[in-house]
Amino acid sequence: MSFAVPSDLEKEIDDRITHYPVSKRSAVLPVLHALQHHFGFIEDAAVEWTAAKLELEPIQVLEVVTFYPGFRQSAPGKCHIRVCRTLSCAMAGSHELMDEICDKAGIDRSGVTHHDPIAVSEDGKFSIEFAECLASCGTGPVCLMNDDFHEAVTDVDGLLSQYK
Amino acid sequence: MSEEKSDLIDVQINGEWHSFPKGTRMIEACREAGVEVPHYCYHPKLTSPGNCRMCLVEMGMPPRPRPGDDPPEPDEEGHLPISWIPRPAIACANTIAPNMGIRTESEMTEECRKGVMELLLANHPLDCPICDQAGECSLQEFSVEHGKGESRFREQKVKKPKNVEVGPRIRLDDERCIMCSRCIRFTDEIADDPVLGFTDRGSHTVLAVYPGRELANNYSLNTVDICPVGALTSNDFRFQMRVWFMKETKTIDTNCATGANITVFSREDKIYRITPRQNNDVNSDWMPDSHRLNFHWIESEARLTDPLVKKGGVHEQAGWQEAIATSADKLAGLEGSEIAIIASARMTNEELLMTNRLVKHLKAGHVDTVARNGEADGYLISADRNPNTNGVKLVLGLDNPGSQIEAIKKGIEQGRIKAVIALQENLVDDAGFSAELLAKLDFLFTTYPLANPTADAAHVVLPGAGWAEKSGTMINVTGRLQRLNKVIDGPGQTLEPWEIIRDLIQATGGGNGIYAVTDIFKQLTQEVSEFKDLTWGQIGDLGIPLIETGETIPLLEREKERVAKGLIVG
Repeated sequence: MSFAVPSDLEKEIDDRITHYPVSKRSAVLPVLHALQHHFGFIEDAAVEWTAAKLELEPIQVLEVVTFYPGFRQSAPGKCHIRVCRTLSCAMAGSHELMDEICDKAGIDRSGVTHHDPIAVSEDGKFSIEFAECLASCGTGPVCLMNDDFHEAVTDVDGLLSQYK
Repeated sequence: MSEEKSDLIDVQINGEWHSFPKGTRMIEACREAGVEVPHYCYHPKLTSPGNCRMCLVEMGMPPRPRPGDDPPEPDEEGHLPISWIPRPAIACANTIAPNMGIRTESEMTEECRKGVMELLLANHPLDCPICDQAGECSLQEFSVEHGKGESRFREQKVKKPKNVEVGPRIRLDDERCIMCSRCIRFTDEIADDPVLGFTDRGSHTVLAVYPGRELANNYSLNTVDICPVGALTSNDFRFQMRVWFMKETKTIDTNCATGANITVFSREDKIYRITPRQNNDVNSDWMPDSHRLNFHWIESEARLTDPLVKKGGVHEQAGWQEAIATSADKLAGLEGSEIAIIASARMTNEELLMTNRLVKHLKAGHVDTVARNGEADGYLISADRNPNTNGVKLVLGLDNPGSQIEAIKKGIEQGRIKAVIALQENLVDDAGFSAELLAKLDFLFTTYPLANPTADAAHVVLPGAGWAEKSGTMINVTGRLQRLNKVIDGPGQTLEPWEIIRDLIQATGGGNGIYAVTDIFKQLTQEVSEFKDLTWGQIGDLGIPLIETGETIPLLEREKERVAKGLIVG
C-alpha cells in the first residue's frame, strides 16, 4: 500500500510549519503528531515524507520518532490502550489490570520487547502497551483508551465493551 | 599594538596566569598553556555539542560584591581574587572571560572525570584485546589516568548491534560507541552527507544509518580516524596489525595536487594504513578515501624488482651497471634532437632537477611530462591528479606541461625522434602512445615501479621507486613546498629515480658529486630562484608557502568561514 497524505492533512501540516519561521526542523514534532493522528502510526514512508517536507535527512526524523515512546512505528489496534505502570498504579494493581485486559481482549504480549512495546489482538480491535505516569496517582490503576482517560478501573468487560 | 593587547584576556590556569585572545575556548586555552583536558566529543573542526562531559573543569570568576560592599582589590599585577563556582563547567563549549580561573587538577575536577569514566565504562565492552582501537583509544588512555580501576557495575551490560556494515568501507560496533557524535557531525558538517544519527535515544541509544542508506561518501573513513573508541573501524585495516607495532612516517599524499599531509603506518617494509595528518593550510584533518586506500599496489606481484635489458627481443635480468652502460652506449650515437625525455609530474623537485641536468647534458630536443586531469570534487581533491605540476613548471622549466606529448608522438611517427627516455611514466596506458609507435624507436628507456606495456616495449627497464620509497620535495596546488619522506625500502634492486638519472648522466660522461637527495636540494636552492636560501629542515613537517598560484582548497575555505562565524575553533 503506497503512502499518500490527503490534501487537507497536507494543508494542515503546511500551516503548522509556518509556526516555525526560523527553522523548519523545529516543526518535526507537530508534523509527526499530525501524521500519527491521521494514520495511527508512523511508517518508514511517513518518515521520508516528513524529511522531504522539512528539508531534512530521513535519519534526522527517525532520531525523533525512535526517541519518543508516544510515536508508533507499527499499526496499533482500532482502540489503543495505555496502562499506567508507574509506582502508584503499580501498587494499585496495574500489572493485574494489564493481564486481565490482555486475557479478555485476546492480546498476546509474549513478543513484546523494549523496542517493540505494543501488542495487538488477533482481530485488530485492540492494542496495548504500558505507559509511564498518566498523572492520576490517587485513583490507580488508570489507563487511556485511545484519548479517553479511565480511573480506578475494575470492570474490564464493561470498559472493553464500550470500544468494541 | 595597544589595540591588540586589549583583545587579550588574562586567565588563571592551575594557579598560573596566562593571556589568550578573546573568544578562546577554555579547552584551547588550557591546551596552549600545556595543560591537557581529556575529552571525547570535542573536535576543533566540528561544532561542540558538549555531550560527553569528560572535559568538565572547576571554574571561578571574581566575586561580585553585594550592593554597598567594597569591590574586590586587585593584586600587584592587576588580577582580582577568584571565587570558585561549586559546580563544574565544560571546557569545550565555553569561552574564557576576563580574570577567569580554571582548575584541572582539583579534587572536584578529578571527581568529575572519575564519574564520567565510570558511567562510560558501565556499558562499554572490555574486549580491548581484540579491539582494533586498542593502543590508540581515548577511553583506554583516560581510564589509565582518570579511571577507578574497578567497576561497581554488577548488572548486565546493554546489548546492542555489533559488526554492522554501515558502508562499503566501514564497520560499526554499537556496544563500543560512547555516543560522542563526532561521526554524525563530520558527515553532516564536513562531508555534506548526513546519513548517520542516534536512534532509540535513552539507555539503548544506538548510532545508526538510515535503513536503506549507507555511509559511502569518499570521505567516510575520516569518521574512523575521529572515532575516539573502536566503534567505527576500517574494513581495510581491521585485524591487520596492532597499532603499537607500526612505525609512523610523516609524508604527503601524491594522488593529486593538493598533497594532503599524511601519516603512513608501516612495519618491516609493509604499509598497513594511511591516515590524514593535520595541516590547516592543506587538508585540515581530513583526506579522501580513494587516496587513503591507494597503497595496496605497492605490494603488487607486478612490481619491477631488477634492471632488465632486452636481448634478442627478450627482457633479461641485468645488473645496474650493465643496464646503465647499455643505455649510455645506445644514447651515444644519437643527436640531441633525436632524443625525447618524458618525465613525470609525480616526480619530486630533486628528481626533476636531475632530469633537467639530463636534458641539458644530452641536449635532448624534446622534453615534457604527462598531464593527469580529472574533476575537482569541491572538497580536497584537485582537478590536477599529478602531485607536482608546479615543480615541473618551476624546476624543469615547462610552461605548459603535457603540451608537447602529441608533437613527440609525431616525431616518433616521422622517424625524427629515435630514442625516448620515459621517467616514472607509463606512456602506453597514461599518455596514449601505442605499442606500435614505441616499436619504431631505436631506443626506449623507462623507469617505473610496476611492469606495464611501456616497459614491455622498452629496451632498458629499471625499477624506479614509488612515492613511499623515496624522499624529496613537491609543490602543491596552492604553491606550498612540502616534503615527501621515504617510508619503506623498495623491493629488490629498486632505486630512487634521482639515483638512476645521476648514474645515467655519469655514464654518458657527465658530472657527479651527488650522494644524497639533500645534496640535490642544496643545488636547487642555488639554481632555482624561488628556492633561494631555503634549507631542508626549514620545510619541516608542514611545508612552507613557496609561490603564489592563486589556487585555493574548497574545504579549507569553508572551514575558514565556519571559524569566522564562531561555529568551530579550527
